[in-house]
Amino acid sequence: MMTSARRHRSGPGGFTVAASLLVVGVLAAQQTPQPAAPAQQQPSEIGARISGDSPLTPPHYAVPDFVALTPNATPIAQMLAQVLWDDLNFEREFDMIPRDVYKSIPVARSVEQVPFGSWREIGADGVFFGSVEQKGNDVVVQVRLYNVRTRAQVFGQEYTIAARSARRIAHEVADTVHQQQRGVRGVARTRLTFVSDRVRESLLGTVEKRNAKEIYVVDYDGANEIRITNSRDLNLNPSWSHDGRAIVYSAFRHGGPPDLLISYITTGVLQDLTKGRFARNGGASLPVFSPDGRRIVFHATAENASAPDLYVINTDGTNMRRLTTHPDSDTTPTWSPSGTEIAFTSDRTGKPQIYIMSAEGTGPQRRLPIPDAEADRATWAPAPFNEIAYSARNGPGYDIKIHELATGQTRQLTFSEGTNESPAYSPSGRHLAFTSSRSGLVQVFTIGRDGSGLRQVTRTGNNQTPDWSN
Amino acid sequence: MRNTMRTSITVVILALSLVVGGCAKRQTPVATPQPAPPAAQPPQIATANPAPPRRVDEALPVPAQPAVSDDAASSRSIDDLNRNSPLKPVFFSVDSADLDETARAVASANADVLKKNSSWVITIEGHCDERGTAEYNLALGERRAIAVKTFLVSLGISPDRVRTISYGKEFPFDPGKTEEAFYRNRRGHFVITSN
Repeated sequence: MMTSARRHRSGPGGFTVAASLLVVGVLAAQQTPQPAAPAQQQPSEIGARISGDSPLTPPHYAVPDFVALTPNATPIAQMLAQVLWDDLNFEREFDMIPRDVYKSIPVARSVEQVPFGSWREIGADGVFFGSVEQKGNDVVVQVRLYNVRTRAQVFGQEYTIAARSARRIAHEVADTVHQQQRGVRGVARTRLTFVSDRVRESLLGTVEKRNAKEIYVVDYDGANEIRITNSRDLNLNPSWSHDGRAIVYSAFRHGGPPDLLISYITTGVLQDLTKGRFARNGGASLPVFSPDGRRIVFHATAENASAPDLYVINTDGTNMRRLTTHPDSDTTPTWSPSGTEIAFTSDRTGKPQIYIMSAEGTGPQRRLPIPDAEADRATWAPAPFNEIAYSARNGPGYDIKIHELATGQTRQLTFSEGTNESPAYSPSGRHLAFTSSRSGLVQVFTIGRDGSGLRQVTRTGNNQTPDWSN
Repeated sequence: MRNTMRTSITVVILALSLVVGGCAKRQTPVATPQPAPPAAQPPQIATANPAPPRRVDEALPVPAQPAVSDDAASSRSIDDLNRNSPLKPVFFSVDSADLDETARAVASANADVLKKNSSWVITIEGHCDERGTAEYNLALGERRAIAVKTFLVSLGISPDRVRTISYGKEFPFDPGKTEEAFYRNRRGHFVITSN
């Protein structure tokens, strides 16, 4: 092992330059770009990119258990390898060799012991080596990725984090490796927000027994569920701000007409955006942050109007404006990626259909040429995907479909397994979250935009209207 | 970066030589502690302080919510009134907010009750069956509640006494999956909110 390792010391040299590179960064919540950025710039050289057997086949990766350098770090070492494997598998950019396949390969205790021959035998093109050392409440994690053929290290970073947040490291590594190796924006650090009735508490002070619904946040992979409302009320339709620091939702406080509340989840500040302005006429619902985070579009009913219309308001509560005035419902808005247009649902033809207008509410309102008898809950894909996902009536329930704006063509992601509703794109546009009753109660699932890779995210209660963070 | 909320991770680029040899680990740079940069202040919130520069775990605080109070004493008589309400619900056809003849008769009777009890203030709740989407049913329930209110006002009830709210399909009266259950759930429900 040692011999072969040395042989490659003079191998393709992208990183010898970086040998003295010592970058220390502190990744705090809202920092962009992330401190890993310097590393991401390195592998522009060919040698840093691990290729598969041919340019057309994705490289095969293996993620053996990390090494615990302190005895108490063993659970974290195993967890990190599994989470990293799952993260890398999610984007389907690598052909991930199942971890069972290499259980018999002894875990290298140090980088010198990585058994490249064994990895090559099972067909791995890339293999990770990781170590975990617990220091008090922190863990120090080193992660390296090797090109099995050249035995060159193509990625290496050390992280320090509170032990209970160690899972985060795997997500950081996965996103960085996806960017470096495939030029792909991963979603391993993203989160979903959604509504759930899982607590099964009743609203207080109402005549009938009515279940409260609260807002939750969960990692994209279903880990780390956090409840962010605690009001024992009806709370609906959460939407992320662009920076992932705030969620706006409609809160039926004491069961009454909903106001829009912005919950700044990193600071605990709660802001009432609409302050009872629509209390006499049904409240305000279905808020969505604009892509730049400065405005929120929502639905509400004006005094003396016969149906709800769309409004827009600045996030500081100023400059509220009514965008639509049609006597039928205009509802369920979504912003275009540039923030210059809004798609929404209207039942002006008698059945819900999807329309597009300018974000100022001016000019024509154009109905999308969608073949479905009922189409609702449009969600505009992020660039570069020029498409809108929606819920399409399929008889008793709904299926998720995608309308390509350039071609006018529609494709289908779900096929009548239960009812499938409320599509929400990942920030990369490569995946969607939605709800489905296919497994019994209504749960949040994710799926690739090509319809592959279905995964269940939630497991308890009924869950609705997911939104995917940046 | 995005949603790295409250997570603070010290990152060190590992010694990036091709070294697999014995000295690799000793070459690993050591993390130099640095304070986290101050959190970007959430805009437009005067009360929001920037997060202090410190290492924190990723547990999110649950935002303060107004305490939930039962209001039991003050609302008891209204609850009793609503439990055996003289105001009857009106029912709707599938995907419709139109009041048919039966619905208008019920609403007219309710208007008579309201005229006799001129201090009552009511909320009309719009409800839907489970067959539309959760989002669209919020709008449909709203149209139903507005339709009932408009009809009451046409009979001489002051609009100031009638509020509307939509619960969409969030609060079905009948959890069943039958046509009968769906019918029961497509309703304008009258709630006395002040007497």
